Amino acid sequence: MRDTFIKTLTELAAADERILLLTADLGYTVLEKFADRNPKQFFNVGVAEQNMLGLATGLAESGFIPFVYSIATFATLRTYEFIRNGPVLHHLPVRIVGVGGGFEYGSAGPTHHALEDVGVLRMQPGLEIVAPADFQQAGNALKATWNHKGPVYYRLGKNEKALVPGLNGEFRAGRIEIVREGTDMVILSMGGITPEACKAAILLEEEGISACVAVVASVSPSPMDDLVSLLERFQLAVTLEAHYRTGALGSLVSEVIADNGISCRVKRCGVQEHSNGISGTEGYLNSLHGISGAAVADAVRGIMAGTK
Amino acid sequence: GLLIRAGLWCGLLGRRRRAGRRGRAHCLGALPVKGHVLGLDREQLATYCGDATLLGVHPEHALPGVDFCTGSLGHGLSMAAGCALGARLQGSKRRAFVLLSDAECNEGSVWEAVMFAAHHRLSNLVAIVDVNGQQAFGYTKDVLNLDPMADKWKAFGWDVVEVDGHDCAAIASAANAPHKSAPRVLLADTTFGKGVSYMHGEIKWHYWPMSDDEYAIALEQTVTDVA
Repeated sequence: MRDTFIKTLTELAAADERILLLTADLGYTVLEKFADRNPKQFFNVGVAEQNMLGLATGLAESGFIPFVYSIATFATLRTYEFIRNGPVLHHLPVRIVGVGGGFEYGSAGPTHHALEDVGVLRMQPGLEIVAPADFQQAGNALKATWNHKGPVYYRLGKNEKALVPGLNGEFRAGRIEIVREGTDMVILSMGGITPEACKAAILLEEEGISACVAVVASVSPSPMDDLVSLLERFQLAVTLEAHYRTGALGSLVSEVIADNGISCRVKRCGVQEHSNGISGTEGYLNSLHGISGAAVADAVRGIMAGTK
Repeated sequence: GLLIRAGLWCGLLGRRRRAGRRGRAHCLGALPVKGHVLGLDREQLATYCGDATLLGVHPEHALPGVDFCTGSLGHGLSMAAGCALGARLQGSKRRAFVLLSDAECNEGSVWEAVMFAAHHRLSNLVAIVDVNGQQAFGYTKDVLNLDPMADKWKAFGWDVVEVDGHDCAAIASAANAPHKSAPRVLLADTTFGKGVSYMHGEIKWHYWPMSDDEYAIALEQTVTDVA
């Protein structure tokens, strides 16, 4: 996703000199194409994320559209108060680009696991959150949102190959995308873990359970209308996200159900516990924490059999 | 610090607001002084710290002439550096001014911005540090010693000018002197509570409210300065 995103951004920046790219010394071998094409619009600010957000706030106030780039944890958590008191408070078009949602930097250890980025940012009013499900959607999401008036957070993955069947790169701000129809229950998924949601649907189909799959890439502002009409159709919704269970997609869906009095049970598949220093590959950690196609299928089976 | 703000506003920014920017937390106390510049009338000023007012303790960007909310310390210099960089990229002669307190320099983010501005030789950036040697709990030398302040900024590559923080003309002149190819910092030596005899160098007046009698004395001692 990030390669496609940067490639798209490189083209956009070549056509609009308001676009700047700031990195806190991350993105080696990824950002060079932007820097080579648009050298005057690229700044490596050093390992200083707070200053990067403060600079971006000043630049945005001066008429620029600055993109700040780092690993998702550093881009959102180290900088959190600078995001709140900068672009959010002043309604400025700063773009925060966080790479590596969930366990994508698995082996790098817990400091690099982005498990609460969407949750903490979802609380900030006026901050748009975009979490693409695959690289095609990442490119289109950028094209659709780069010129929005307020701040945007992009939660990007590193996978440049996996595609979500049926998505075709579609992205609409404030909407959800239904990539597979079903009649028995619905799986809602956010971000690069979404191919696992599709795997779960296939596993369930083999057992005669018809699962609908919806991609929620436009997380904030809440795609309320689409979620309401989708959730009203089902009695069971399972959310899947490479994120703590609290704060992001599972919470969003639960809020929509509660706020609208919808009769639908929610099962949230997300990370429940801190990993206590355990690291490993992304696939290993996803399985360990129950965020895989198999885990989703298990959860659905259990609930449908009345055992959970 | 009040006079620095007044001098900055009247001497440097008054005529061409877009020419400069500011940011310094905890500075709405100076608002009566610059109320004229901002176009606020007496009635609006009277709402200070009341209900349904934009005039709280910390400056609110919805006020005319306030570019950034800097109620949280350690943000202003980064924002100002962004403005200075933006002006350079636009080929504009705009300059950015930012006011910091000395204790604000306890914040690590200040030094991130200090390094950035020096590295990029942002000679259209002027920082003014209100060096009154005090912070909430005590004197800066006792809480977290900042000395030697001038050497620190010099070592980081800034053009350092030490000025009398109570001399508006000196501040304006130092801020406007031709730049070297480096950002400039004015270390403004000030006396906390200047002008109100019983406040001079007294820690408690960072927060303490005045009694009616104390208020009357303060007014008597300062009103000619403010007018």
